Amino acid sequence: MTQFKLVVLVAVVALVLVGLNSVFYTVDEREKAIVIQFGQVIRHSDEAGLHFKLPLVQDVRYFDSRILTLDAEPQRYLTKEKKSVVVDSFVKWRILDVLTYYLRVQGNEVRARARLQTLVNSGLRDEFGKRTLHEVVSGDRSEIMQILAVNTDKAAREFGIEVVDVRLQRVDLPVEVSQSVYQRMEAERTRIAKELRAQGAEAAEKIRAEAERKREIMVAEAYRDAQRTRGEGDAKAAATYARAYKRNPDFYSLYRSLNAYRASFNKKEDIMIVDPSSEFFKYLKQK
Amino acid sequence: MAWNQPGSGDKDPWKQPKGGNQGPPDLDDIVKNIQKKLGGLFGGKGGNGQGHVGGGKAGGIGVSLIVVVALVGWLLSGFYVVKQAERGVVLRFGQESYVTSAGLRWHLPYPIESAEKVDVEKRHLVEIGYRSNPRTGGKSKVPREALMLTEDENIIDIEFAVQYQVTDAGKYLFNVNNPEATIVQATESAVREIAGKSTMDFILTEGRDDVGQRTKTLLQEILDRYESGIDITKVEMQEAQPPEQVKAAFDDAVKAREDEERFKNEAEAYSNDIIPRARGKAARMLQESEGYKASKIARADGDARRFTLIAQEYAKAPRVTRERLYLEAMEQVYSSTTKVFIDQKAGNNLLYLPLDKLVPQARDNDSDADAGAAGEANDSASQTSRRQDSRKDLRSRGTP
Repeated sequence: MTQFKLVVLVAVVALVLVGLNSVFYTVDEREKAIVIQFGQVIRHSDEAGLHFKLPLVQDVRYFDSRILTLDAEPQRYLTKEKKSVVVDSFVKWRILDVLTYYLRVQGNEVRARARLQTLVNSGLRDEFGKRTLHEVVSGDRSEIMQILAVNTDKAAREFGIEVVDVRLQRVDLPVEVSQSVYQRMEAERTRIAKELRAQGAEAAEKIRAEAERKREIMVAEAYRDAQRTRGEGDAKAAATYARAYKRNPDFYSLYRSLNAYRASFNKKEDIMIVDPSSEFFKYLKQK
Repeated sequence: MAWNQPGSGDKDPWKQPKGGNQGPPDLDDIVKNIQKKLGGLFGGKGGNGQGHVGGGKAGGIGVSLIVVVALVGWLLSGFYVVKQAERGVVLRFGQESYVTSAGLRWHLPYPIESAEKVDVEKRHLVEIGYRSNPRTGGKSKVPREALMLTEDENIIDIEFAVQYQVTDAGKYLFNVNNPEATIVQATESAVREIAGKSTMDFILTEGRDDVGQRTKTLLQEILDRYESGIDITKVEMQEAQPPEQVKAAFDDAVKAREDEERFKNEAEAYSNDIIPRARGKAARMLQESEGYKASKIARADGDARRFTLIAQEYAKAPRVTRERLYLEAMEQVYSSTTKVFIDQKAGNNLLYLPLDKLVPQARDNDSDADAGAAGEANDSASQTSRRQDSRKDLRSRGTP
C-alpha cells in the first residue's frame, strides 16, 4: 500500500513537472525562440527568461543567438592579372530576424551556411577579379573585407541573417607558385649578397690604393728632401775641398795621385808587372 | 516549517482537516496540494476509508520524509563555489540576472536559476604558427599558419603568441559561439593583414615590435566588434624568419654584410700597417740624408785641413817631401800587391806569364797575408789610417 502510494506520488510529481514544462518555457541568453501553433509562427521575439505557452498545441523551437562562424575550406580565386591565390576566409554572422530565418532557410543552420558561403564566394571572386595580387595582399585587403561584409550583410538580410564581419584569414599563393616565389627570393638574396661582397671589395680596394698612394708619395717626398739635403752636403764639401786645394794645385795633384795609387793597388790579386827601370828601383839596379 | 512536521508524528497532514494549519509557507501548500491530490486518487480507486487511514499513518511519514529529503537536496543543489579568479554569472530562467564574485554562493535551484563560472584572471595563450609542447618544452611548427605573404610578395615565416583575458564574463558567455576558435581566426587574419602591409625586410629587422603592436590593435578592434568580452593583453612575435627553403640564401646575405665589413676592416688594417711604416721609412731617409750631409761636410773639412797642413810643410821643403811621399806610397803599393818583375832589357821576348795561375795563387797568399798583416797593423797604424782616408777621398769624388 505504502509503496503503491509512493509510486503514485512520484507519478503525480512527474506529471506536474511535465505539465509545467508544457506550459512554461525558458529562453536562454544564448538563444532565440519561436513559438509555433499548428505550423503557424505566433511569436518570435521573446526576450531571455520565462515564458508561457499553451500546452500541446504550441511548440517552441530554439536557435543560437550568438555570433556564429562560417569557416569554409580555402578556395582558389584569380586576380586581375590572372594569378591564382588560395583564400581562406571566415564569416561571422548571427540570426537577426528569427522569423525570416525560420521561413527562408527553415531554421536550418547548414542551409544558412550554404547560402552564406555562396554569397561570400561570389563576392570574393568579384573583388579579387578587380584587383592585382599586390592590391589583394597589401593595399586593398581591409577594403575588400569591408565591401564583402557590407554586401554580404545586405544580401543575407533576406535570410534574416546579420553578417557581422567577413575576414580574409589567409591569402596565400598556391604551392606550385610558392616554389617559384622561393626561387625568386633566393635569387634576390644572392644578388644582395654578391652586391654587398662586391661593395666590400670595392671599398677595400679603394682603401688599399689610397694607402699605397700615400705611401708612395710620402717616400718620394722624403727621397726628394733627402736628396736635396745630400746635395747640400756634397756642395758644401766640394766647396771646402776646392777652397783648400786651389791654394796649391801642384801638391794636390801629387798628394791625391799617391793616395789613389795606394787605394787602387792594395790586394794580392792585383798583379803588377814591373819594369826595373822605373825610378823606384833605381837603387836596385846599381851594383 | 514543513519539514519539522514528521518529527511530531501526530501532526500527519492526512488526518487533519483542510485549513487546520496556520500560516504555512508556500512550499507547505504545494506539498499539501500534492498530498490532497494523492488522497483523492486513492479515495476514488480504493473506497475503503478505514484501511486507507490506518495504512496512511505509517506510509505518510515515509512519503513525507522522501519529499522533504528531495526538497532539501533540491535546495542544496543551489550552492556553488566561485574561485578567486572567477566570476559567477547567474541566469534566471535563462536570462542574465546578476554576477557573483569569489566565495560560496547560492542560487535558486534548477530549473529556476543556474550559474556559469568564467575565469577572468587567467591569461590564455593562443599560439599561431607553432604549438609548444609543455611536457617536453619543445615546439613544433605549423607552416600552414606561419607562412604568409608580405607586401613585396615574399613569403615570411612568423610565429606569434597571443595572450588574452576575459574581461566581461557575460559578453564572453553570451555573444560569441566558440570564442577560442574566434580568437585564432581573428589573430591569423590580423597578423596576415599587417604582414601584408609590411615589407619582408621591415618585419625581419626593425619592424618586429611595430608589427606586434599593430596586430594587437587590430585584433582588439575585431574582437570588440564581436563584443566578445575579451581583452588582448599581449601579442608577441616569437619568431620572424625567412622560410626554410630560402634560409641558406638569407643567411648568406647576412654573412655577405659581415664580409663587406670584414673586407673594409682588412683594408683598413693594411692601410694602418703600411702608412706608419712608410712614414718611418721617410723619416729614416731624411735622417740619413741629414747624417750624410753632416758627415760629408765634416769629412771635407777634415780632409781640407789635413791637406792644408801637409801643403804648408811641403812648401818648406818640396823636393824632399815629394820624394818621401812618393816612396812611402810606392812602398805600400808594392808591399800589398803581387809583383812580377821583368827586366825587358835582358831581351827575353818569349816570356810566358801564366796570369790565370798567378791570380788564384795570389788570392791564397792574400788570405795568409791578411792574417800576417794583423800583426803589422799596429806598427803601421798611421799608414793604414792614411790608406782608409785615401779610399774615402776616392769615394767622395765619385758621388757629386
